[in-house]
Amino acid sequence: MLAVSDLKIHYRTLAGAVKALDGVSFSVADGEIMGLAGESGCGKSTLGKALIRLEERMQYVGGQVTLDDKVLPIADDRAMNPYRFREVSIVPQYAMSALNPTRRIGRMIDELLEARGLKGATLRPELERRLAILGLTPDVLGMYPIELSGGMKQRVVMVLSTLLDPSLLIADEVTSALDVASQKKVAGALVEFRDRGYVKSMIVVTHDLAILAQVADSIMIMYAGKLAEKAPTRTIVEAPAHPYTRLLLGSLPEVGIRFEEKRLPGIKGRPPSLLSPPTGCRFRDRCPLAFDKCAEEPPFIEIAPGHQVACWKADAHAEG
Amino acid sequence: MLKVENVSKVFRSGAFGGKKKRVIHDVDFEVKPGEVVSLIGESGSGKTTVGRMILRLTSVSEGRITFDGEDVSTLKGASLKAYYRRVQGVFQDPFSSFNPIFKVGRVFRTIRREFLSDLDNAAWEERLTNALNAVGLEVAALDKFPHQMSGGQLQRLLIARALVLDIRLLVADEIISMLDASTRIDVLNLLGDLKRQGLSIIFVTHDLALGNYISDRIIILQKGVIVEMGATDRVFGDPQHPYTRSLLDAVPHLHERWSEEELKDLGLVADTARFGGHLIEHRENHLVRVYS
Repeated sequence: MLAVSDLKIHYRTLAGAVKALDGVSFSVADGEIMGLAGESGCGKSTLGKALIRLEERMQYVGGQVTLDDKVLPIADDRAMNPYRFREVSIVPQYAMSALNPTRRIGRMIDELLEARGLKGATLRPELERRLAILGLTPDVLGMYPIELSGGMKQRVVMVLSTLLDPSLLIADEVTSALDVASQKKVAGALVEFRDRGYVKSMIVVTHDLAILAQVADSIMIMYAGKLAEKAPTRTIVEAPAHPYTRLLLGSLPEVGIRFEEKRLPGIKGRPPSLLSPPTGCRFRDRCPLAFDKCAEEPPFIEIAPGHQVACWKADAHAEG
Repeated sequence: MLKVENVSKVFRSGAFGGKKKRVIHDVDFEVKPGEVVSLIGESGSGKTTVGRMILRLTSVSEGRITFDGEDVSTLKGASLKAYYRRVQGVFQDPFSSFNPIFKVGRVFRTIRREFLSDLDNAAWEERLTNALNAVGLEVAALDKFPHQMSGGQLQRLLIARALVLDIRLLVADEIISMLDASTRIDVLNLLGDLKRQGLSIIFVTHDLALGNYISDRIIILQKGVIVEMGATDRVFGDPQHPYTRSLLDAVPHLHERWSEEELKDLGLVADTARFGGHLIEHRENHLVRVYS
């Protein structure tokens, strides 16, 4: 089980600190696949990365991350090493370019395991078994990355990332660059690995709400470095309480909706700059429901079991 | 207006171009004025290549493409310039379409120099303002650098750049796949408005939902072959080819969850391509490839 409390991560830039994560608290239960969605620049990828490795420009400002009752030393690059791969693992955004093009895949995996003090040969049978579960033959281990399609590479990286049964897997935009057919296979793979217990819990970061509606147990929506809403998938999709979630869902063209018959509305304006974020509710400038009270920051509170929202008008929504 | 007649594309590779690879097989369709046609397919289906052939960014190997009865591949000099006044393209990545060193207005000055040097200042200003208004931007936007604008705004600027030229056909190649969900729909709605004003659009995409939202007609491409084409509601409402069906089945829906079997089913028809066969009329305005 993962618990994050009041996590703050800033980016150092010449113009000042970009407050990409500005006090974020949530938890992911064992066996839960949590979807994390929002517009670009809302901090969703920053959150995913912060849980495994802070980039050079990223600065830990405050907060605590607990995984299975152990505090993760996320601010300390060295101290995090024993946790990476074994406890926390990631499938990066461009997994297709994460593979070394000059090595056969099998050899690259062996080298990687050796660097962690493990024997490639002892893990080989398990590796082949897991590849087979995702519909890949052991032949792929003798191939170069260029010989595989994007979706196949994505699945290879997934098997590799979860080989040591980590407690938490972060899947960062793993379906975004794929065609619908490969996208579905990768989505199925995520659920399959959770069901088999290879990973205890997962955070699936994506901007694609439709794919989250298929695989996630719960969905968390971020806006401008803060949490907007978190609820079980069905609640988010059928009865969202935050106006931002509603607008986000309302702007999705689904098969069956035609411009000629129904013109979908977009969301006016742009997210605020995180160099000097506005006070109060950060969505206020784009929000159709904004009123005086929105000048104060709304707390992220529970309005129903498992359903948390940061909006002054959320209660009214839930009833209506 | 635009006719793509039995067009094929063969790429040559290897020493002396000895290896041949046929990537487009006998593609044949037409775009009428004010019509939005979607070219839908997975990566490697040749959808982008078809768009590039129409824009003359790559040559046609067999068959021909005509615009108002004129063979596009024979155009040179002044007649080619005249063609580009009527047909323009916008591509996937708006950030790499602009030079980050210059303000975005430079793109428009280049257009004026190349195509509209005969216009006086007042006429040019009017044309520019109209084009920018059509995409919902102010003239002040031209004074910004690319990094100061969002992807959606840049993409709209590129559409405005095409509109300045009185174009009649826009080739839009994956123009919204890099945009956020909230800005996506703005660009899509803009295309819909332009279509109402009589612009024809070839919308190249791998996203079936987007193709469905905006198009009058759909063309499904698999490995360079048209497997199904016709009116949007026919193709999506009553798909006949197994490939179209498997693509539609793989589209995630918000309000309908795949069953466990569906989700974990790894065998998809999409993996097998069949060549040969021919398109027959399943019913009016709906062609399907059949194999005998």
